[in-house]
Amino acid sequence: MKLAIQTKDFSFTYPKTKEATLKGINIPIYANKVTALIGPSGCGKSTLLRSCNRIHDVYPGNLYDGEILLYDNNGEKAENILQYKKENDLINLRQRIGMIFQKPTPFPMSIKDNITYGLKLSGIKNKTELLDRAEIALKGAALWEEVKDRLNNSAMGLSGGQQQRLCIARAVALKPQVLLFDEPTSALDPISTASIEELISELKNELTVLIVTHNMQQASRISDYTGFMYLGDLVEYDVTETIFLNPKEKKTEDYITGRFG
Amino acid sequence: MLFNRFFRGLSHTSAWLVLTILFAIIIVLFHYSKSAIGDFGFFHFITNSKWIVGNDGNGGNFGGLIPILGTFLSSLIAMVFAIPIAMGIAIFLTEIAPEFLKAPVGIAVELLAAIPSIIYGMWGLFYFGPLLQSWFGGQSNSLLTAGVVLGIMVIPFMAALSRDAMNTTPSVLVESAYSMGATRYEVIKDIVFPFAKKGIIGSVILSLGRALGETMAVAFLIGGVFRFPNSLTSATISIPVLIANNFGEAGNLQLSAMFYMALILFIISFFTITIAKFYFLRKTD
Repeated sequence: MKLAIQTKDFSFTYPKTKEATLKGINIPIYANKVTALIGPSGCGKSTLLRSCNRIHDVYPGNLYDGEILLYDNNGEKAENILQYKKENDLINLRQRIGMIFQKPTPFPMSIKDNITYGLKLSGIKNKTELLDRAEIALKGAALWEEVKDRLNNSAMGLSGGQQQRLCIARAVALKPQVLLFDEPTSALDPISTASIEELISELKNELTVLIVTHNMQQASRISDYTGFMYLGDLVEYDVTETIFLNPKEKKTEDYITGRFG
Repeated sequence: MLFNRFFRGLSHTSAWLVLTILFAIIIVLFHYSKSAIGDFGFFHFITNSKWIVGNDGNGGNFGGLIPILGTFLSSLIAMVFAIPIAMGIAIFLTEIAPEFLKAPVGIAVELLAAIPSIIYGMWGLFYFGPLLQSWFGGQSNSLLTAGVVLGIMVIPFMAALSRDAMNTTPSVLVESAYSMGATRYEVIKDIVFPFAKKGIIGSVILSLGRALGETMAVAFLIGGVFRFPNSLTSATISIPVLIANNFGEAGNLQLSAMFYMALILFIISFFTITIAKFYFLRKTD
């Protein structure tokens, strides 16, 4: 199986804290699979997710240690993304690894401009190409039929579920290798949640998904691999079925059966 | 119970007092400017560039064009000068400054806002005016000097309000833009600015309101002569300065004309503040 990302003894410390939030994490993220990170609040799963596109660097003073290897499309050559120093390297990284947030984050501009935003940043100026790729991305996110007549309206007018699908379409339009989802459905109703989950399952044909979720049913429904984290450690990582039906660690079992968390 | 009723009465009275004072001022301005309004009308008054006191000391030919122009032009120069600098400060304080610099620079900006206007006036009169004159020629007390010093005066106010508006941009939106591969400049241009647009416009209009009504600093710096400004560096007069300089020895009709000027200034300021409020209110919905 091809690897997309692999962390090696990865540790992370937030500014002005003595203790590391993540301690020596080793986790493989396989290409074209959905990997879920579960665990109680404060276990570091979002911190790990946010390290993968170095979005922590928006704020100064974080400490990275170890390696996060990002593989090329063939799963052969890898680069340690923690070595990137220049703004340009980080921009390239973020175009290869997209991110979807807990709350929908439409930009204060039209639906069309939202979708083409990343493409324009990456240097595409041709208007027909921008429109074509916007249409493909919106169709991919099952949003095209709903918005095709109001592409020039503000994206703020869409419903929460539509906004989240817009954000996914916006990220997918850049054709990233990996998409990071940070509890993407926690602010959505059940119907919107179902449509997002379906979308994630379809996306793995084209890219790799790493998702943080509080919802264990969601993890078991959509993921191929699951990592259980607790207090900054990766307690257990395995095929999702094994984690949920036959966990090796007592902590994992307790969490999954709802004894704590 | 008694205390409740007392407190209720106190807060009601205070609230109504504000409205009463507002209307009392409007009524007084109208009352005293009646004879000037009757004599000169509206359009004739605001297009007349003369301000001649009659021989008997009571009558005369009074027009508001020059002070209105002086007020608008000095405020316009102030805005042109202040907006880019204030925006630069606000962006620095929200997006660029390292954490340890944000607090001290922010406090310095707020302290600058607390300097009394007469100090700006003296500084401009003795130092900055002659400096501008040595660069651009003309007079040292001029439209340009008054405008630029006015601009410097409103910069801290404008910067502080714009910073507050920019700070309301949700951090997740900023992160989202970075996660699309945006640079810092692109995040500011495409996310922070559009998001804070209404607050920024509000801060500019409120600053404009301050510049329009500023008396002391402008009285020191604009020259105070009733003359049509032929260039940026010529001396002229503004509405508050006209009123402040001539109030003591004015005859009946001139006094009335000055109340008329005050009424016009009041209306201009009132409208700028109303527009600002409109923007601020729309922001919250």
